[in-house]
Amino acid sequence: MKRIDTEILVIGGGATGTGVAWDAALRGYRVVLVERRDLTHGTTGRYHGLLHSGGRYVVKDPVSATECIHENRILRKTHTHCIEDTGGFFVVTPEDEGDYPDKFVAGCAATGVPCNEISLKEAMRREPLLNPRISRVFEVPDGSADSFLATHATAQAARMAGAQLLNYHQVTGLIIEGGDGEKRVVGAHVRDVARGEDLEIRAQMTISATGAWANVVAHMAGISISVIPGKGTMVAMNHRVLNTVVNRCKMPADGDIIVPVHTVAVIGTTDERVADPENLRIEPWEVQLMLEEGEKLVPGISRARVVRAWAGVRPLYQEDYAGSSRDATRKFALLDHKERHNIDGFITITGGKWTTFRLMAEKTVDMATSYLGERKPCITATSSVPGVDQGPYWLGHRLHEIEEKKLQGQLVCECELVTRSMLENAVRQNPTITLDDLRRDVRLGMGPCQGGWCTYRAVGIVHEMTVSETGHPAESGTAEWDVAYMQSPARNVSSSASAGAPAIPDDERALFNPNLLLRDFLQERWKGVTPILWGQQLKQERLDELIYLSVMNVDHLPDRDLSSPVTEFYRYDTTPNGNLEAPE
Amino acid sequence: MHTESWQSVGPTLDECIKCNICASYCPVAAVTDLFPGPKFVGPQAQRFRENGQPHSPDHSVDYCSGCRVCNEVCPTGVRITEINTRARAELAEEHGIPLRNRMLGRNDVLAKLGSIVPGLANFGLHNGLSRTLADSVMGISKGAKLPRWANDTFAKWMKKTAEQRLKSDKKVVYYHGCSTMYYEPFIGKATVAVFEHHGYEVIVPEQGCCGLPLLNNAEFPEARKYHQRNLDWLTPYARQGYPIVGTSSSCTLTLKEEAPEMLDMHGPEAHELTMAVWDIFEWLRELQESGQLQTDFRPLPMVLPYHSPCQYRAHRIGSPSLEIMSLIPELDIRESHARCCGGAGTYVYKKEKYQIAMDVGAELFDFVKEQGAEVTMTSCNSETCRWHIETGTDLPCRHPIEILAAAYGLYDLDTRDLV
Repeated sequence: MKRIDTEILVIGGGATGTGVAWDAALRGYRVVLVERRDLTHGTTGRYHGLLHSGGRYVVKDPVSATECIHENRILRKTHTHCIEDTGGFFVVTPEDEGDYPDKFVAGCAATGVPCNEISLKEAMRREPLLNPRISRVFEVPDGSADSFLATHATAQAARMAGAQLLNYHQVTGLIIEGGDGEKRVVGAHVRDVARGEDLEIRAQMTISATGAWANVVAHMAGISISVIPGKGTMVAMNHRVLNTVVNRCKMPADGDIIVPVHTVAVIGTTDERVADPENLRIEPWEVQLMLEEGEKLVPGISRARVVRAWAGVRPLYQEDYAGSSRDATRKFALLDHKERHNIDGFITITGGKWTTFRLMAEKTVDMATSYLGERKPCITATSSVPGVDQGPYWLGHRLHEIEEKKLQGQLVCECELVTRSMLENAVRQNPTITLDDLRRDVRLGMGPCQGGWCTYRAVGIVHEMTVSETGHPAESGTAEWDVAYMQSPARNVSSSASAGAPAIPDDERALFNPNLLLRDFLQERWKGVTPILWGQQLKQERLDELIYLSVMNVDHLPDRDLSSPVTEFYRYDTTPNGNLEAPE
Repeated sequence: MHTESWQSVGPTLDECIKCNICASYCPVAAVTDLFPGPKFVGPQAQRFRENGQPHSPDHSVDYCSGCRVCNEVCPTGVRITEINTRARAELAEEHGIPLRNRMLGRNDVLAKLGSIVPGLANFGLHNGLSRTLADSVMGISKGAKLPRWANDTFAKWMKKTAEQRLKSDKKVVYYHGCSTMYYEPFIGKATVAVFEHHGYEVIVPEQGCCGLPLLNNAEFPEARKYHQRNLDWLTPYARQGYPIVGTSSSCTLTLKEEAPEMLDMHGPEAHELTMAVWDIFEWLRELQESGQLQTDFRPLPMVLPYHSPCQYRAHRIGSPSLEIMSLIPELDIRESHARCCGGAGTYVYKKEKYQIAMDVGAELFDFVKEQGAEVTMTSCNSETCRWHIETGTDLPCRHPIEILAAAYGLYDLDTRDLV
């Protein structure tokens, strides 16, 4: 069995885990990160995309508010190209009576969140679709963030600092030494789920950054922690609708925010406690509630096209531990299992939100340092990830580059403007198992047709790459990840094969079965469309159905017994009627 | 582009199912790579445009000719042309509007100026040197046919013949547009003759340019003024229940829906005007259906290729010109199914677009040629299309109302005058 020795093992490839790997590697630790699926497959890739100003927390949770504005300013520098400076409004609708707006203003002042009341006229000039019955509007420095790109960029920065990141590597058990009172986590048994190989990773410190799954890992150490998965359902509108983040000026609740991110506007969210973080079933009432609440901010929005619904699971941490609290705030929970459970070599970081991932990572590595010994100081706040030279994200970025380089004829995904070279380079430069990985890389299939036109094209291209390339096989996991310019059409005008970039690793290539790629991605896209199947999206799906079922006969493709590490997850139905059985 | 309201054209992008039917029908994308196609620059690119971006992300939308073939074939109702027109307006706001386009947009002003001394204006414009200069300095294509100023405007003729004009209880308001006013008063004469032949008194109220050239050249604020002016002048007639009938299919379309839709002028006034405006053949068809159409036609023994212009098809009223003309004995009408003549209003006058306009038109020009040597003229409802078809076919092109007036024995198709 393959064995890796390291100082820090990070479990979880979301924002927090990659942040921890980045921070720890920059401080000079040897770091290995394992993620059981693709990076951001969990909660990070399923949130609404808000870069908090802190405004949402100024009344309810002032400490979080201060953290948010602090991190907001840092991330704009460290992850510039992943963030769009949309600005944010907190608006008082006719339903939001009472003294909350005044508390909000006072809270902003107390927590240091910049807040400026603007006239309704000015707000309507900037966002003509806003509810004209809004009485007050406060402007705050909210933004929107691409959590896929930001996490990939953080991961690359971590790799450049020496960390090793392994996705599609699932922890099957913690390696625990010592008996009662002397227990020590010394690493983990890990399964490479794509290739079906087992390996052992030995580490002096194991950090669980598994968010809503934190208890799953804790159980492996024989302990239980109070993390409850809280499911949040979101709906994405087919176009931006707004160009400013709009929040209700009231105590945070369901459906009180609309975030314009990339080409869509996301209405979020519900908050349902669920037993299983894998349970992402979307209930009809949730979709209805989002649209009804969205209507209060933007009248008419509920009749516009919804392109997709999805759910993410927040890690809700409930403190039941009576001892001294070293947890930085209620909002994120840093658990020292030595202190709490007398288990050495094991830390859990959970809770929190995307905006504060860097701070969470910093505090986590600070704690690890207290056991592993001092190294270099934390420098993530003043570093930057690869790609920041592109400047802040702006909506027209892709269209502009396509236009300037005349790449209109190169599009694979027409909705989201993904060129063939972008796709090919993403396959070569990132570990890729499914087309959904490419979706997270370059936004393949995320637009109106939800994969209707790009799925078969992408499958064909990936297949062509696997049969035609004879390039040098790269060792698993060691192919250079290069995500800095992954989303830029202009920086991917030619396929990088000619520029001496690595070919697809042989072992990865072996995983590409075109029929499987096709089925997986269609199922994955379908999953998010079923909860909103009416109106325009229903027409779209009817067309997509004609393409795949009637023209391509996808239901009867060969290789039906094949499955990928995520096939089962995609088949998990999102409708209330329960699980969809794999087709016989 | 900013979405002002859900009723605006922008949100119709949500109807797009990416089927690419528009892309495969677009006559412009078919002949040039400079235009990536209606779906690309329309509903697709629109998702990447927003207010307050550092700069407009794309400019190839400028190659959209505005012909509306995409709207016509879209199975789901995306207002593609309108989305494009608005995107062009955004570009203009950012980069400014070239003098040439300002001139083309204000055809009404030029036309009026030229009509003061038409002889001199024609001499000044219609000579090789001027055209070469206009081409090289201004970018106004040398090959595109410019109209000639008429010696007398339509208004002057109306004034001159006021005594002879029919008085009747049955009244109709005539919206003649700029071209009839200054360049082709004979269209107006033929129209008045046909109205009077049916016993209608013709009211020609004060009126201005419909604003379409401004819309197509991205001058929205000015176009808004133009439309408001026409609302002020024309709505009182609409309120009295008079039909407002026009001969230029583009002008009537603009008054009916293009202006209110593009400019977000959805007030009750605009609606009243929309409901009152008719294309002349749409109106004549109503007469026919109620048995009031005069049928004292003389035979017109000839082969007549007829092109229904894009802007006419955009009225979504079927083909009333064709229906009425087909009542004329011995007239062998051959309907073109060409998508567009290529001219597209002021598009063909732009030097960089001239060849595209010619290439787009080839489908129609070839059709005309295929009808044989006996063809002596063609027919089309829109003036700029007629001029372009004349360039492309070397044959005269007549408005269907001229054909109809001739069939009633009121008009001479060669001299283009009343008989």
